[in-house]
Amino acid sequence: MSTLSRDEILRYSRHLVMPEITLAGQERLKAARVLCVGAGGLGSPLLLYLAAAGVGTIGVVEYDKVDLSNIQRQILYATSDVGRPKIEVAGSRLGALNPGIRIVPHAGKLTAANAAGIIRDYDIVADASDNFPTRYLVNDVCVLTGTPDVYASVFRFEGQLSVFDARRGPCYRCLFPEPPPPGLVPACADGGVLGVLPGILGTLQALEVIKLILGIGEPLVGRLLLVEALATSFRDIRFGKSAGCAVCGATPTVTAPVDYEAFCGIDTATGRSAAHDLPRVSVTQFLVRQRAGEAGELVDLRDTPELAIAAIPGARSLPLADLPARLHELDSARHYTLCCHRGERSVEAFYLLWKAGFRRLDILDGGIDAWAEQGDGRVARY
Amino acid sequence: MAKIRVQYFAILRERAGRAGEEIDTVAATAGALYAELEGRYSFPALRSVKVAINDEFCPWDAPLSPGDSVVFIPPVAGG
Ligand SMILES: [Zn+2]
Repeated sequence: MSTLSRDEILRYSRHLVMPEITLAGQERLKAARVLCVGAGGLGSPLLLYLAAAGVGTIGVVEYDKVDLSNIQRQILYATSDVGRPKIEVAGSRLGALNPGIRIVPHAGKLTAANAAGIIRDYDIVADASDNFPTRYLVNDVCVLTGTPDVYASVFRFEGQLSVFDARRGPCYRCLFPEPPPPGLVPACADGGVLGVLPGILGTLQALEVIKLILGIGEPLVGRLLLVEALATSFRDIRFGKSAGCAVCGATPTVTAPVDYEAFCGIDTATGRSAAHDLPRVSVTQFLVRQRAGEAGELVDLRDTPELAIAAIPGARSLPLADLPARLHELDSARHYTLCCHRGERSVEAFYLLWKAGFRRLDILDGGIDAWAEQGDGRVARY
Repeated sequence: MAKIRVQYFAILRERAGRAGEEIDTVAATAGALYAELEGRYSFPALRSVKVAINDEFCPWDAPLSPGDSVVFIPPVAGG
């Protein structure tokens, strides 16, 4: 006798009639426990499809509130949700979509301290986060607990997708052993992304999760799918387990969840302990210094399209991506205050410039967003 | 000289200002080809970039043959 109710049989009938799924497969979906790390651009379609498919227990890790700039891609949220905690909105939206499943909220950030405790209660983890520290943490804890990590990430018009299952294939660190140095990858908040792209990748993530639960098809183990939206091109690249992998290799050096900043070493060239120790000036401090002629030149690291949205008069434009090639335009003896959208690119530029011998550097804390927020009505927030 | 089809992803695409191109090169390995492009486009150090030849990830000393399709892939983290 099936454990599915009459309503459930009707709800999932388009699944049940397929020989690859049947009642037995639907029961597997109902019994499955999936953790979704992040309820943003990737997490929105991922969570909606997992809930619709009848995955019985869905955990959600999310700490953020809904912002108007999220809605272009985060389709879990409505305009009227702006300002509300995402985890609350996601819970009620998914509950309304499918009242027969359990949504488990994990409000807060995933950290080295709590990750293993949370992930241990799930069969599969979907990494829909938006930053490298979390991605390495999710991978490491998944390897250590023997949990498959269904991974997707996006950047502008591109996406990457893979299934990392160290029990039968390579992990994230087999592919990318260490996080990139600052300057290589624009931080997420600063990066820009075509709204539909996380929609595509998050939907593919849901597909891989459902295939893993059902045990059907060819999971994306040992393959990295590259999605390029402008050419509408999909190609998958094969890769194997790395014998020297720090977490799933023969002699692992990562045997417990690691604090990202301690191992990524972004600070080695500067001798500074962490990004939060960098010399920052608030907008108010900057204005005081500027009036006294002590602020140095303001260097705006944002990309050209952003200048058209908002700009601080008198700032020198030098997009971060061009900085390595245009270093000669700056003088290492002079004083510069670095400015970007929210401050993340300024940190990357700080390290680049520090390595090049610049020492008189400040970072405008919070970037042009803070400038706009502190009441300069001529500067738009975005 | 060998003709190699090269594709750039993410930040490499931004720096190169194009998605890909056909290159005539004397580079014998994937690493030598990257070094050649590193100078031309001020690419980041290769430590955090991966290379695939003909849809298979390979080490930087992997040899290149005429007609190969080479893809350079940095990690991305957005979500
Ligand atoms: Zn590994």
